Amino acid sequence: MSDERQYATFLVDDLYLGVEATQVQEVIRYQEMTPVPLAPPTVAGLINLRGEIVTAVDLRGRLDLPPPEDGRLPMNVVLTTGDGAVSLLVDEIGDVLDVAGDTFEAPPETLRGAARDLIIGAHKLDGRLLLLLDTERAISVAPAA
Amino acid sequence: MSEMDEVVGEFLVESYENLDQLDADLLMLERDPSARDTLARIFRTVHTIKGTCGFLGFSTLERVSHAGENLLSLLRDGELAVDHEIADALLALTDALRGMLRRIETEGDEGADTHEELIATLVRLQQRADDAADAAEPSDSAADAAAPSVEAAAEGVPETLVDAVAGAPEVPAGDPPPADAPPPPPPLGQMLIEKGLVKPDDVTFAVHEQQLGDPRRLGEILVDQGAVDQKDLDEALASQKGASLAESTVRVDVGVLDSLMTLVGELVLARNQVLQFTSESDDAALIATSQRLNLITSELQESVMKTRLQAVGSVWNRFPRIVRDLAHGVGKQARIEMEGEDTELDRTIIEAIKDPLTHLVRNAVDHGIETPERRVAVGKPAEGRILLRAYHEGGHVNIEMADDGAGMDPDRIRAKAVEKGLLSVDAAARLSDREAINLIFAPGFSTAEQVTNVSGRGVGMDVVKTNIEQIGGSIDVAAELGRGTTITIKIPLTLAIIPALTVTCRGERYAIPQVSLLELVRLQGDQAARGIELVHGAPVHRLRGRLLPLVYLDEQLHGAREAADDVVNIVVLQAGGCRFGLVVDRVNDTQEIVVKPLGAQLKSVATYAGATIMGDGRVALILDVLGLAERAGLLAAGREPTADLVEGMSSESLADRERLLLVGVGDDRRCAIPLDEVARLEEFPADRVERAGHDEVVQYRGRILPLVRLSAALGVPGGIDGEDLSVVVVGDGEQAVGVVVDSVLDIVEERLTVESHQDRHGMRGSAVIAGRVTDVVDLVGLLGLTPSTAALSAAPTGA
Repeated sequence: MSDERQYATFLVDDLYLGVEATQVQEVIRYQEMTPVPLAPPTVAGLINLRGEIVTAVDLRGRLDLPPPEDGRLPMNVVLTTGDGAVSLLVDEIGDVLDVAGDTFEAPPETLRGAARDLIIGAHKLDGRLLLLLDTERAISVAPAA
Repeated sequence: MSEMDEVVGEFLVESYENLDQLDADLLMLERDPSARDTLARIFRTVHTIKGTCGFLGFSTLERVSHAGENLLSLLRDGELAVDHEIADALLALTDALRGMLRRIETEGDEGADTHEELIATLVRLQQRADDAADAAEPSDSAADAAAPSVEAAAEGVPETLVDAVAGAPEVPAGDPPPADAPPPPPPLGQMLIEKGLVKPDDVTFAVHEQQLGDPRRLGEILVDQGAVDQKDLDEALASQKGASLAESTVRVDVGVLDSLMTLVGELVLARNQVLQFTSESDDAALIATSQRLNLITSELQESVMKTRLQAVGSVWNRFPRIVRDLAHGVGKQARIEMEGEDTELDRTIIEAIKDPLTHLVRNAVDHGIETPERRVAVGKPAEGRILLRAYHEGGHVNIEMADDGAGMDPDRIRAKAVEKGLLSVDAAARLSDREAINLIFAPGFSTAEQVTNVSGRGVGMDVVKTNIEQIGGSIDVAAELGRGTTITIKIPLTLAIIPALTVTCRGERYAIPQVSLLELVRLQGDQAARGIELVHGAPVHRLRGRLLPLVYLDEQLHGAREAADDVVNIVVLQAGGCRFGLVVDRVNDTQEIVVKPLGAQLKSVATYAGATIMGDGRVALILDVLGLAERAGLLAAGREPTADLVEGMSSESLADRERLLLVGVGDDRRCAIPLDEVARLEEFPADRVERAGHDEVVQYRGRILPLVRLSAALGVPGGIDGEDLSVVVVGDGEQAVGVVVDSVLDIVEERLTVESHQDRHGMRGSAVIAGRVTDVVDLVGLLGLTPSTAALSAAPTGA
């Protein structure tokens, strides 16, 4: 477990989250979105990514967080998936970090709610915790939700 | 090893193609046992398969095809005649070959079945030749005998001869052709023998002559000997040349074409954006360049779309076999004839129509065609005939399937519909015969045994209809009791790029596929208030006397209706046999859109068929009209549509009526144009009109569209200058002509009683339509008047 891994990191509310860098296709600033009525509420809309139509998933919504108070525009973390690209809307983009495997620990029992389903565990970094996001779950938005 | 896989892969692809052809050839042969060309082709196919699989080490395959080849060589040499039993055995042979090939494809081996029984049958049939003419030699093929001598001839022969023997001495029978190249054309001598035009001895003799120093070509020697006609020789030489044509085609992976198509889609979008930017610029060079880009892109798009097209015959070629087997199975006689097999469609559509068409063909044999006794009793030939026809019409492909069977009895269908609770007795009685027959497509009408009781048609017809509608097509049936049934299917050429109407709802644009679109209705001011009535809370609009249920798009999408202002835009749509009006905030324009799939997150939302990217780069959703109708509860009612259809109908049947587009010309003249001939309604800014010779033209979808002013044809002053032109585009493609009118008024459905005037070219006469005297336009006559259209038929107008 001591091998190093590379994570792309970002902020959603006060959560410091990371996904494996290899899953990230690109990171882009806010794009104009076309809303999709009748879609699950966490689908924020559709963006045109150089001719490909990409679904944007509201990560705040997935984590049961309220919309940002200052009304600032989210950034897109575009993930490569088996079913085309999907964008996660996040508040702020962080660095790409190399993290040693032995700093990993399963999520604390106190973690509850939606976050519990989406967070695989935490890397204990100096001064802060990097939470690993389960991307597959994050982008699967059940219509029942 | 992978190289070997590749060789096997090519062998499989080629053999599948050959086997499809083989099926068709065998059926043709059964019909006409004397068709030597066909027999020779069958022989060659089996021979090639035998040779190649021997080379690849598929021994069972080789044994089976060898047995078949032996039988075929007897047939070819005329020692045996094709009869029913032999045809059956040969068809069984193609099935066995196909089975083994499939097994090789999936498992990599031939399977355990050694097909001993089939081989035994094939050998037994050969014995018949021995019995019949006991002198006949055991089966080794004549080509095997002849080829070595041809081969021998090629060695050390003067060069002038080599082209006569096709310069391919290394293709003696039994050797595989090189697997990475199409087989070279067979030597002339071998071809002539296979066609049964000369005896092997004659060729051996002629070759011998050459070896002795005869300078003449092989063919010349044969003709001089009187062994072959000059005419037959010329034909053989021509087909020998034709064989090498195969080298001008290339096999391309479908995936490559798909990605090419995607890229062209991108290019189209980028082009649209460029055009939008340049429309705001006044740099002449930039505008010229972007127009050129526009034209090239359109042409590229068309060409790439063409590469994905496949002949509809690739689906049809299995039908003769299906018809034959099915007919034999139920003790009937039937044959299928095909026209327009080379009509091309996008491969995704070919895939989608395969099953519905097969279903219809089976139905026709199973239930449409009567037993031979019955047919003879009513004075028809014992053999039933099914005609399958495909042809292009206005951006669509029509596929027609007609049989000369029993047809359908509208009264029994009415009775059945009433019995099943689909319609009231009253409503059923009011249906025209044609409408009654179309009830077979109604869901819930047809389940196997009940329908067989009614008329024997319609098993699973609702499924067929749904499948056709899913790809944006439509299906219609007409039948005459005792005379036969005709089913017409209309399908689009491609699914990737479709014409669509864009509308706006709460500031967002949505695209509606044009195939579902019937017409647009705009209610203003007073009309807006009075035009919408409520039936027990459900909003409806009276459209030419019929009640049109209304669906509000914002209510469907956002759960609430915004306060209506003084304009109501109704888009009249048709889906799943149900007509409804969709109320939108604004109707924008029609354009070609590139359909893109939605991500997995949105697959569960049935309201959208996909998304597209608009000229400004924003994404717009494509509405799924069927899904929308379902959501609005229009289809749940199930029976209503047909009932609704009946509602507004008067005693005259719809078939007698004509749909007409009413237009205004001059101050207060009205004209009617048959709607069937109208392709589109367009508006052009007057400054886009250019001149070509004496004629007015506009650039329209990358072509030059000649304009004809209806006012000029009528000889009345008309045309308000300096504003937009209302143009009715009639005809399509290169035959399109724009008829300039002053206003588009309405679409009506009328039974026409035309009083004709003498000497009024371009007019069929006058009729009273919607209470006013209206001139009915005779388009053929009208367009014949103008010089530009006379030239049209001679020269293509394409860019």
